[in-house]
Amino acid sequence: MNGYFVGVDIGASYTKCVAIDEKEETLRFAVTQTGFDFEESARKVFDEVSKGLNGKALQVCSTGYGRKNVEFANLNKTEIACQSIGCFKEFGVEASIVDIGGQDVKIIRIDVNGKRVNFKMNRKCAAGTGAFIEEIAFKIKIPVEKLEEIAQSATDEITLGSFCTVFTATEILAHIRGQTPLSKIVRGIFRSVAKRISEIDYFSERIVFTGGLSKKGSVLSKMIAEETGSEVFVPKHPQITCAYGAAIYAKETFRASSTPSAKD
Amino acid sequence: MAEEMKRKEIAATKEMKKLMAKHFYELDEAAKTKKQKIAWCTSVGPAEILRAMGFLVYFPENHGAILGATRKAMEYIPYANRIGYTPDICSYTTSDIGAYLKGETPLSKAYEGITCIPKPDVLAYNTNQCRDVLDWFSFYGREWKLPVVGISTPLSVGEITKEYIADVSGQMKALIKPLEGISGRKFDMDELKRVLALSLETTKLWKACLFTASAIPSPITFFDMTIHMGPAVVMRGTEEAVVYYKLLLSELQDRVKSKVSAVEGEINRLYWDGMPIWGKLREHSDFFSSLKSSIVASTYCNSWIFEAFDPDHPFDSMARAYTELFIVRTDEMKEQYITEMFKTFSCHGIIYHDSKTCPNNSNARYGMPQRLTQKTGIPHLIIQGDLNDLRLFSEEQAKTNIEAFIEGISER
Repeated sequence: MNGYFVGVDIGASYTKCVAIDEKEETLRFAVTQTGFDFEESARKVFDEVSKGLNGKALQVCSTGYGRKNVEFANLNKTEIACQSIGCFKEFGVEASIVDIGGQDVKIIRIDVNGKRVNFKMNRKCAAGTGAFIEEIAFKIKIPVEKLEEIAQSATDEITLGSFCTVFTATEILAHIRGQTPLSKIVRGIFRSVAKRISEIDYFSERIVFTGGLSKKGSVLSKMIAEETGSEVFVPKHPQITCAYGAAIYAKETFRASSTPSAKD
Repeated sequence: MAEEMKRKEIAATKEMKKLMAKHFYELDEAAKTKKQKIAWCTSVGPAEILRAMGFLVYFPENHGAILGATRKAMEYIPYANRIGYTPDICSYTTSDIGAYLKGETPLSKAYEGITCIPKPDVLAYNTNQCRDVLDWFSFYGREWKLPVVGISTPLSVGEITKEYIADVSGQMKALIKPLEGISGRKFDMDELKRVLALSLETTKLWKACLFTASAIPSPITFFDMTIHMGPAVVMRGTEEAVVYYKLLLSELQDRVKSKVSAVEGEINRLYWDGMPIWGKLREHSDFFSSLKSSIVASTYCNSWIFEAFDPDHPFDSMARAYTELFIVRTDEMKEQYITEMFKTFSCHGIIYHDSKTCPNNSNARYGMPQRLTQKTGIPHLIIQGDLNDLRLFSEEQAKTNIEAFIEGISER
């Protein structure tokens, strides 16, 4: 078969695209900021991924908040389903998937066969989401990517109690006024995210931690393990597991239905 | 990709609209001419007693639902917030009080000539729904210096004992004297029995309509039920309500015979617990239809089934009927009820609407979804929202949740 299968995940903050072959091996992937034109960002990552690949996209599955806005996709599926497929493919175990997205947190429980048992999302507020980290980073004028390094250097942390991002920022201001060291504050921010996540559901023995904030051995990853009592696993490419799952779904449904190839 | 789909319209809707128009025009005329006394009544309040004593009965909760469905609630809630009725309490209450403070009502747009809600002579409540109805009625009682009378029903009731019946029945009887004073009319037991018999007939017909949804495919869906329940709420105890539900039932039975489904290509059958999200009814109807999913049963619409009514024992039977309501019962009784409904309606899943400002109608806060899923194997989804205050509802998040939930059901 001369071609490949594509998953496009249009998230609230980033759009991700993965192309896989028949054996479900990742051929190429690309990530870009979503911005306000979902179709354009989807097309951008799709073109980037398609560049240099032999054959054509046989089937494209879109997922994520913007999944209905991808005109060139043959099918769409929710990010909850795609995340489950992608993570199960990589780890093949019963697990709770913790996906920290730009505007939500998802906890998806999958069984030993990769079947979804349950899923939960954060309630209405931003606490525990990527948006929370971004907002606080902005308030303390530290780039998000620097937070990890700062938190690593801390020996202690502050306690942030609020469910609300704005009120948390106020709590932080009080600590800044009290001359609390920055590293202690940043570590407290990560702890607050881990705590909010641990309150959403109960967890399997293993957690697969995905999303842009996921990193092996990171402060947040360790804190999620501490708060939940579970062992935390991080995928090879934690930001694209959902798009990868969508690509697998595209492949599986292509086989099952022999639908026409993707529009290009 | 799921396409937008509409549910199949019910022909009787036209008659229902006429009936509802008559209801509001009668009240409006009575308020203007003072020819007949008006009582405000909570939706599961002592309507039969009021009607039997010659009052025209107006239901503010129905007005609350109209404020939600027309999305006017969003405009009015802040007016109530400003005077101390906070965004955390019942948004029927805040939107209704807010509309009053602004001097508007959506009835004006729907019914030409009606400029305001009908001012009552008395407000009669039953706290079987919640305490907010008492606070709501008390606002108007103070505002207009009018009597507020009512019944305080015990809550979290397990078995309905004779003590409960005696308590509530006694409170109902105690209403007679003050109501006689207000209406200027002597209480007539035969009239109460006549009204109660009509209420019983209405409620039986309404139940029969709802239970046609046990057919596969279902001829009716939650989004029809929430509209067609209007006469069961505001006109129970009248001949017209009986006539209307006979008409509706006949149409639904015809649909069942011909296997006509409300949701074309129905695949998934769901139970809805909690209040509707009134401002999103149409969108939700289309959304569920596009997912080939029919909401075939609900706690909410079933709450106006009062089978215990017995015209031979009016007070005791009303006390029983208005106390054995789902909302008044213990979680154990509620779980038994929903489990039964799962079987009757062949449900594949249950959606709990956790309505922020309506805790009494939200059953997802004390572990019930988890317990019921464990017991029945029927999967659940909890969505956060509100009956009227759309600031408390995240459309995109809810849609993703619902779509993923239905995907999961389909894969089972």
